Amino acid sequence: MTGSSLTHRFAPGRVIAWLLLLAGGLLMLTPLLFMFSTSLKDSADIYDLRLIPAAPTLDNYKTVLSDGRFLRWFWNSLAIATIVTLSNVFFDSLVGYTLAKFQFRGRYLVFLAILSTLMIPTEMLVIPWYVMAKNFGWLDSYWGIMFPGMMTAFGTFLMKQFFETVPNDFLEAARVDGLNEFAIFWRIALPLVTPALSALAIFTFLSNWTAFIWPLIVTTSKELYTLPVGLASFAVESQIQWELIMTGAALATIPTLAVFLLLQRYIVRGVVLAGLKG
Amino acid sequence: MAGIAIEKLVKRYGATQVVHGIDLDIKDGEFVVFVGPSGCGKSTTLRMIAGLEEINDGTIAIGGRTVNRLEPKERNIAMVFQNYAIYPHMSVAENIAFGLYTSQLDKAAKRRRVEEVAEVLGLTKLLERRPSALSGGQRQRVAIGRAMVRDPAVFLFDEPLSNLDAQLRAQMRLEIKRLHQRLGTTIVFVTHDQVEAMTLADRIVVMRDGHILQVGAPMELYEKPADVFTARFIGSPTMNIVPAKAGQGTLQLGEKPLAWPAALPADVLVGVRPQELRVLEQGEAADLILAGTVAVVEPLGPETFVHVEAEGGLLLASASAKNPPAVGSAVRLGAPTTALRLFDAKSERAL
Repeated sequence: MTGSSLTHRFAPGRVIAWLLLLAGGLLMLTPLLFMFSTSLKDSADIYDLRLIPAAPTLDNYKTVLSDGRFLRWFWNSLAIATIVTLSNVFFDSLVGYTLAKFQFRGRYLVFLAILSTLMIPTEMLVIPWYVMAKNFGWLDSYWGIMFPGMMTAFGTFLMKQFFETVPNDFLEAARVDGLNEFAIFWRIALPLVTPALSALAIFTFLSNWTAFIWPLIVTTSKELYTLPVGLASFAVESQIQWELIMTGAALATIPTLAVFLLLQRYIVRGVVLAGLKG
Repeated sequence: MAGIAIEKLVKRYGATQVVHGIDLDIKDGEFVVFVGPSGCGKSTTLRMIAGLEEINDGTIAIGGRTVNRLEPKERNIAMVFQNYAIYPHMSVAENIAFGLYTSQLDKAAKRRRVEEVAEVLGLTKLLERRPSALSGGQRQRVAIGRAMVRDPAVFLFDEPLSNLDAQLRAQMRLEIKRLHQRLGTTIVFVTHDQVEAMTLADRIVVMRDGHILQVGAPMELYEKPADVFTARFIGSPTMNIVPAKAGQGTLQLGEKPLAWPAALPADVLVGVRPQELRVLEQGEAADLILAGTVAVVEPLGPETFVHVEAEGGLLLASASAKNPPAVGSAVRLGAPTTALRLFDAKSERAL
């Protein structure tokens, strides 16, 4: 370690930055810790706000996991988030690729139209979505929950920006090698933007896993609830069982963590430049 | 294997015309190099041959078959790109095998082809590596391998060596030339480097501003450049060009008028290569003699070049390597009449 990096490390600005980050981290972590802590407490102890439970127990987990509703909602959420994520990864990148790499009349207009939908908040879209779902007969169905998110303007925009960094030489080499346009997209362009795909997959999965307003509005049958809607329905029932809600929430973080751990290494690894000039 | 016939080829981007109706016949098995400065239309022409750019007018035929409307994959060509464009997510073997994407061969036959090509290019030990673990020269060889594996009728090279360092460039140049001698396939090669053009080509095509200025064997271009541009572009160091007046069967340049039997316009440009413009010994005579002062001396080992402030500007001349003149000394430069190339001052065409 050199002298300059030492002085750098103890610069006052850096210390302040570290303290702020630490404070932010704790602020984020505290509710999570309380969630886990509460999930390990007996119903009698839940208003005892000590972080370490006096008598930790796994009973809540047994109760929640043996309750058929919880598992049903869990699978609903998992299936919906997975399907919507796959759909976004495929269609957003297909459209983004087309907008980035093909010249056609009206290209810019299409792009602007897609971008402009980014400026409309979800709350404003909920009513048109509902009317649409009602007219198509999609109310209270899985498809009804999924259809608004199957493609997103954000994802299309993100993928377009990333595809623009892919050098045309790769695509032209593939064209000369005899690949058709879809094969060029699928076998050459897509693998080159893996980091962007992973980022998109994580964002999409998370936002669908935690989605609340729309699934709440569009579903009426309890079997179709997603996990957040289901957990919330625990709370409005006659008596609020916080320890069970917290247990459900703790279990709900598992897929989120899994997706992140699975995909994060692709985000870190930039592959695009490796095949170009050394 | 096939020749290429280009007729009245035109390329426009919107209102801007970048290739102005060029004609060129490339014979089967010939190594043709397109050379010229950036933006001269050489890469665009190559990309039209490949099918990566649309042809606005004229025709291109490969092996007697007009290919204007054919997709790149239907033209039986292979191309090597400036950035190599080897796929980073595939191993060397997979990259080379990609050249056989449309081939009907079975898996084992494809594998054999890949191994043969790898053998030729010295890539056998690297077949399982990823491109990120290869050097620049190795990546370039993989790109060439991907082109070779298909056994195409024509190889197209788009400035393939410009990303390599000087030493590697010389080595790859040699390898490409040997590859051509071995395979005998028609090659069209684009470069802005005249040394590459001279050393590789059977015939050089000099382009500027979307026009072909001259087509010929390397030595033909060196000896008889058709215009000032080609004269300065081909040959290293660059040819000296000096303005002069002509008239009455003489050329007014240097210490004494030169007798010149051919009819000349009033204003001419006189070209003389640095190798043929020598620093004269005391009292030595020559046809053309220019006096000047030495500005810079550049010893290169076998020869020494001197930059001399003289009539007509800064001239480059050769001097004895053992006994070069000192900077600041007055010298006389001389050249025989046979070493002079004359150009019309207005049109810059050779006379």
